[in-house]
Amino acid sequence: MSSTDMTSPMAGNRKRSLLVDIVGAAITLLTIVAAVIWFFPVAWAILTSLKTDDETVRPGFHLLPEAPTFNGYLFVLQHSDIGIWYLNSTITSVTVTVVAVFMAACAGYAISQLRFPGRLLLWWTILASFMVPGSALIVNHFIIMAGVKLLNSHLGIILPMLITPVTVIVYKQFFDSLPREFREAAVMDGANEFQLLFRVFLPMNWGITTALAIITFIGAWNTFLWPFLAVQNEKMMTVTVGITAVQDAFGVAYARTLAGAVMAGLPVALAYLLFQRRVTQAITLSAGIKG
Amino acid sequence: MLKNRRNEILVAAVLVAPFVIIYGWLFVFPTVQMVYLSFMNAPLIGQGTFTGLKNYQRLFADKIFAGAIWNTTYFVILTVVPGTAVALGIALMVTRLKGWLQSVILSAFFLPYVLPITVVYLLWDWMTNLQFGVLQYVIEPIVGKPVNVWRTIPWFMPFAALLTIWWTNGFSILLFLAGLRNIPKELFEAAALDGATRWQVFSRITWPLIWPVTVLCLTIQLILQLKIFDQVYLFAQGGATQKTMVLVQYIYEQAFQKNAGGYAATIAVALFVIVVAFSILQYQVLRIRGAR
Repeated sequence: MSSTDMTSPMAGNRKRSLLVDIVGAAITLLTIVAAVIWFFPVAWAILTSLKTDDETVRPGFHLLPEAPTFNGYLFVLQHSDIGIWYLNSTITSVTVTVVAVFMAACAGYAISQLRFPGRLLLWWTILASFMVPGSALIVNHFIIMAGVKLLNSHLGIILPMLITPVTVIVYKQFFDSLPREFREAAVMDGANEFQLLFRVFLPMNWGITTALAIITFIGAWNTFLWPFLAVQNEKMMTVTVGITAVQDAFGVAYARTLAGAVMAGLPVALAYLLFQRRVTQAITLSAGIKG
Repeated sequence: MLKNRRNEILVAAVLVAPFVIIYGWLFVFPTVQMVYLSFMNAPLIGQGTFTGLKNYQRLFADKIFAGAIWNTTYFVILTVVPGTAVALGIALMVTRLKGWLQSVILSAFFLPYVLPITVVYLLWDWMTNLQFGVLQYVIEPIVGKPVNVWRTIPWFMPFAALLTIWWTNGFSILLFLAGLRNIPKELFEAAALDGATRWQVFSRITWPLIWPVTVLCLTIQLILQLKIFDQVYLFAQGGATQKTMVLVQYIYEQAFQKNAGGYAATIAVALFVIVVAFSILQYQVLRIRGAR
């Protein structure tokens, strides 16, 4: 064997690791390009919303607005009920979040920690409701809400959206995973069940509650089909439903339309960006994966 | 002891009461009522007459219903496997990155998932606009002319699928990322020491170990996309809705536009049966996975 042969494996390794670096850098670059393309629709909407209506229909591709303006936003604020829609969305989404999460924590705790008749039946009902498509029930939800005269009201929007079985399932699994000693020790100390739930079990992991609350809020804010059916009165619409009304009313005026879209998406986008880790946690929990 | 036992039941009753009332009233009752209504010839609101199996006979002979089944299936085919594949690809790209770059890139991929469908609709409606839409710069060189995608039947479902993958993929990406993180690092280190190529690492380590998550994503997507309504409804508004009709849209049309509550409930029962069947399948798949 000659001396060059002796060194060649190492040289080969070095060449190879250089190659790996180049391939790795290329993949990273590709990832960044893909992310930019993926994000483009959102960026394009924001950029369009800052243009004048003339500029949006000018031929040719112009990425940036010539003279950024908030006129589209002002127009939507002044000429639509978006303020009221915001209020409606906030009232309904916050109520759904608080009530659904509270209800789920109580039910999940009872099913996990207490023994009572009908416990299994209840658990099976929850698993069943997890499977049943909410969209199959729209007709009957409409009939029920019409029957109690709750169409076109906040309560009418809220009630059918309280069916969020995943939240109960996640809570039950969380309570199941806690060591029984906690409970026994607290019971010895004379704590009652309500104290146990709200002072011992829930505080042990507020992260789960936060995660479930955020994902429930985003889901409620985004729901389209039910609020769309339950409300005909424009003053009672949620933002999610209302902004398509802006589009119809303003005709060909893309800056305005997209300003409305940006405003409608902003709260949930912010909720995600601020609580990224919790959103991730909620999604992996709801799919039953340990993150 | 007996007192404790009774106390426990009482506490449980108080804790589950709100839940039982809401689920009884708005889940169990409407489900039963839906089945009952499917045997009636009834308007949306008001009295109906019992017609036995007539609605079901009509359903099986209904060409629009068959079309809705086909369109829904077509949409599922276009979204479920391609979407999951794209999500896996993105997760593999994102998982290599570190620190702030990873969070920024992941946010870019995930953000669409948290947007309301009407926002997504307005964004894409603008991008696909026949005269001014930015996507026409991509479509025109390929096809030779701008295409009104939401009014051209062969283009409708593929574009609805594209938009849906863009919108809902964040969910699968997160599941894949969690799955990839659960693969022991030592396996990759050992493979690197053995001089395995990227492809070998993927095909011999990553793919087999990520397969359970892939199955999970596929089944979740399948059940989700069977219930497609929002995007198809919004984009087909004012156009030839029958050609692109999907199942939930047909329920909506019969109940709220044709005022046929009984027949709408019959279609809802059909959707119900389909989704529950696939859910049971998913449950079995997950159980098998859990047993492994």
